[in-house]
Amino acid sequence: MAGITNEFLLERLQQQFGEKIKAAEETFGIVSVVIEPDSILDIVKWLNTDNILKFKFLTDICGSHYPDLTGQEICAVYHVQSMENNVRLRLKAFMPVSNPQIPSLTSLYSSANWMERETYDFYGINFIGHPNLKRILNVDEMDYFPLRKEFPLEDATRTDKEDQYFGR
Amino acid sequence: MDQTTLKENKIKNTASGEERESDLHIEYTTLNLGPTHPATHGIFQNILTMDGEIVVDSEQTCGYIHRAFEKIAERRPYYQITTLTDRLNYCSSPINNIGWHMTVEKLIGVDIPKRAQYMRVIIMEFARISDHLVCNAVIGVDTGALTGFTYLFQWREKIYDIFEHICGARLTTNIGRIGGLERDFSPEVYKKINEFLADFPKIFKEFSTLLERNRIFFDRTNKTGPITAERALNYGFTGPNLRAAGVDYDVRVANPYSSYEDFDFQIPIGVNGDTYDRFMVRQAEIHESLKIIRQALDNMPQGKYFADVPEFYLPPKEDVYNNMEALIWHFKIVMGESDVPKGEVYHAVEGGNGELGFYLVSDGGRTPYKLHFRRPCFIFYQAYPEMIRGGMLSDAIVTLSSLNVIAGELDA
Repeated sequence: MAGITNEFLLERLQQQFGEKIKAAEETFGIVSVVIEPDSILDIVKWLNTDNILKFKFLTDICGSHYPDLTGQEICAVYHVQSMENNVRLRLKAFMPVSNPQIPSLTSLYSSANWMERETYDFYGINFIGHPNLKRILNVDEMDYFPLRKEFPLEDATRTDKEDQYFGR
Repeated sequence: MDQTTLKENKIKNTASGEERESDLHIEYTTLNLGPTHPATHGIFQNILTMDGEIVVDSEQTCGYIHRAFEKIAERRPYYQITTLTDRLNYCSSPINNIGWHMTVEKLIGVDIPKRAQYMRVIIMEFARISDHLVCNAVIGVDTGALTGFTYLFQWREKIYDIFEHICGARLTTNIGRIGGLERDFSPEVYKKINEFLADFPKIFKEFSTLLERNRIFFDRTNKTGPITAERALNYGFTGPNLRAAGVDYDVRVANPYSSYEDFDFQIPIGVNGDTYDRFMVRQAEIHESLKIIRQALDNMPQGKYFADVPEFYLPPKEDVYNNMEALIWHFKIVMGESDVPKGEVYHAVEGGNGELGFYLVSDGGRTPYKLHFRRPCFIFYQAYPEMIRGGMLSDAIVTLSSLNVIAGELDA
């Protein structure tokens, strides 16, 4: 299978978007880049239409919460892949927890619909332009976003179990 | 007017629904299919809008068996998450288990001995066979052929017997460990595998003859619930459902893991992406899986069945009682105190229904900082309304079973 290297991919991406690529690293064989939330649609669209890279498949969208990063607590993580070139790419966009919003990819990928609904459901990321952004796995009446770190899994009033021994 | 043109007209009509409604005073019926219904094979609900017996639109709800695995995983040590993965696609738990082990092994950087990799391949391919057997047998049931189902289910039980002899469990297997397998295959396992390989192809041939060129079955499944390759990719299809649409993407070939590059096998693909193609792709994949198992058995390397990672792989019980170091490791593993490096891993395996991905963020703590499962069912199930629009209700049922949506994987 013909493939392109991660170095080539990153170089081409930086050539095209320059400033918008804020940080880049390679973790366990996948290039991981940090981008501005506003530029996600442009970048994914360009990746899709570029004649050399051909990233025509959206693998996954999920969220993540980093309470310690002030001003960019919520992270949206995108995995895209190019089946023809057999290479994957991870895009991460950090947003403030007070108002996490990012353009929706539903205009480009039908698969983004539920992935974004799931991410909204658990992290409260507002995907702008999503046709039907409502909860998908949790009950509709829920008024919080359960995968955020401020919700401990165990009863917080318990004192007999110390985090030091039994995890966070 | 034959059925296809009728369908095409209907699709056109739904596209310009408003005008037609006012012209002809058509009233649609709302039909609730599910959440528990014998035809849905799992707990998911579809609210169908029907024009007579023809599906105009469908609205899906899911989340009925959502168990918050991603949240629970954030509090569990790595080895305890294996039991959560069991309950994703419970028709092929070993693939999920081993996929998870491989994700952690990637993070901690362990090389697994060849023998363990081959043993894993055998286990995973048996899991794939059992998954595909259930799916195809159920397509038979939904088209009115119960015989194949009852006949093949015995053989799924025989696969579960093999799993039972390998790890002690049948359905939710919790098979293997981080770093290898918990024990070597016993002579009994080899005996059972060889019996299966000798007897199953004959039985499977009978099942194939029953359905593959059966006129009734063909007419019921051909051109029902079709999807083009382009739409399938846009909807994030992977696995047999994508291959039925004609795209030869298979994680085992694209990004080989666990020594899949050593084996010689084909990727079967379909043409129309309809129910019949999905059925035939799974049929062909069962043959390919049998081929892989035979090759793995014939070329089984000598060596150990676990890697040298004492901080993750539980020592043998007699060592724990008699050896200080083993006792310490045992304690540390059970309490989940083994150190892991920081990092972000994405690892994908070819599950029964498609690319099963694990996105794992580790901050060096005893539990994952973040774990996300890329569940193929969750992603391709959203194409279902588009696939059944304009078809008959009974076609919608067959399409649903041929997609093989597993509720556990859908809802995580």
